[in-house]
Amino acid sequence: MARAALPGRLTWQLGRVLELVGETARVKSIMIELPDWQGHRAGQHVDVRLTAEDGYQAQRSYSIASGPEDGGLLLTVERLDDGEVSPFLTDELRAGDEFELRGPIGGYFVWEQRLGGPVLLIAGGSGIVPFRAMLRHRAAVGSTVPFRLLYSSRTWEEVIYRDELLAAPSGDAVDVRFTLTRAWPDDWTGSRGRIDGALLRDVAWPDADQPLTYICGPTGFVEAAAAGLVNNGHAPGRIRTERFGPSGG
Amino acid sequence: MQRLDGNAIAGQLFDVFGVEMTTAAGTCKSCGASAQIAELMVYLRAPGAVARCPACGAVLIVVTERAGTTHATFSGFALRDPSAGDYCR
Amino acid sequence: MSPITRGFRGRRRDTVDPARVPPGQYVTRDFPVLSAGPTPHTPLPEWSFTIDGAVSEPASWTWEQFLELPADTVTVDIHCVTKWSKLDTEWRGVRVQTLLDQIETAAGYLTAWSDGGYTTNLRLDDVVDDRAWVAYMYGGEPLESEHGGPARLLVPHLYFWKSAKWARGLTLTDDDEPGFWENYGYHNHGDPWLEQRYQGD
Repeated sequence: MARAALPGRLTWQLGRVLELVGETARVKSIMIELPDWQGHRAGQHVDVRLTAEDGYQAQRSYSIASGPEDGGLLLTVERLDDGEVSPFLTDELRAGDEFELRGPIGGYFVWEQRLGGPVLLIAGGSGIVPFRAMLRHRAAVGSTVPFRLLYSSRTWEEVIYRDELLAAPSGDAVDVRFTLTRAWPDDWTGSRGRIDGALLRDVAWPDADQPLTYICGPTGFVEAAAAGLVNNGHAPGRIRTERFGPSGG
Repeated sequence: MQRLDGNAIAGQLFDVFGVEMTTAAGTCKSCGASAQIAELMVYLRAPGAVARCPACGAVLIVVTERAGTTHATFSGFALRDPSAGDYCR
Repeated sequence: MSPITRGFRGRRRDTVDPARVPPGQYVTRDFPVLSAGPTPHTPLPEWSFTIDGAVSEPASWTWEQFLELPADTVTVDIHCVTKWSKLDTEWRGVRVQTLLDQIETAAGYLTAWSDGGYTTNLRLDDVVDDRAWVAYMYGGEPLESEHGGPARLLVPHLYFWKSAKWARGLTLTDDDEPGFWENYGYHNHGDPWLEQRYQGD
């Protein structure tokens, strides 16, 4: 059965910044109002385009952090030190400012209730953003599909949406595991170091359950995690990946 | 120089085709490997975006922009039904 | 025409002197890495540079032989079709003319080809005398692989996609045969001063 997307052009719209929220030292979430926002599916992204006074333009893609049922559009941006666009969005942008966006875009890296599960989400750094949308969608529709999230960050301070992820109500069947790669609190009981075959074996659903896996983060992270799962015997056809690049900026 | 994947050209391909293309699957004519467009290796920072077969590296799609119009050229990539890539199949 | 985004400046752009910088370009101090594919890594013992095609006798140099050829150190401005110009870049390389002196040809064009499959077409006129080099040093250091090392073509008077990275040879041709980007709509000649970015410009 064909699931046809609405045919037509993706037009650039002017979005207005409603609010900016600091998530971590380098990460900010931006609530945006768009005149003609049709809603989105969890996991999709938008393209953002900025124009300088001399006409110079820069364009980047950002995953949508809000769930489809949240109403409105939330983006979460990590400031890359040598970035061109991200430092502007995290440090310069103010409520009331406007910039161009188009979207929502994407059909591959999405999860919705009808796809079922169990689901494994593997996030590296800002790769957590599309997974927030998926988790909020799951909660909003009252889905009981079992979810596990394995989230790799450098330090505990750099875990994005930390309080939200820790506050998942019990009995909700969302199992969140963290691994920290550079530094961890003295009383840390989570995993340490980069994701490897052993950690994946510990966290993954049995392949016999036919899990759906989504992996998002920098290219190196995504490919190592995907290779690790395949090495452990998981079907590549049920692993979906989305690579972020520092070349994004 | 970071390489990305076909998700990075999703917006541009939507511009050209008017439908979501990242789930479209195709076969690489160079090596016979099957892949969805989202799984192609994409090099963005060039005079255009180049999408390569993840198995053999052959150039499968090139996207360029000229005077505000997006052009996508497919070569050596036999595309199947764009809607055939649903996860639950 | 997009509305201006308040407060957005973008990557540092120096002021443009139109006598020095072609139309439509911004000046940068960075050296962005633009690539259509993965960086090839050919070990030097396996490296060679070849001139063949419409020649009476092909010529080829190993890396050692190549380094023994007379070379120039030059400072030139470079202009990328993606609108970035970089001024006063220093290179060291062998003039393409030095290599052409070793062959005989009546051809008017050539295709430069590289490790990884990249090609670009040029007029013979564009690479004679002191217009083009096969460069193996940049900024006084051996050319890094992400910038085209061990050796790349350097043709500063044309858009920089014509300066093929990872260059391994020139195939001389009687006709102008579009290379990689030219096949995807970029200009066969590529003169930045005439803004020849796309076919038909």
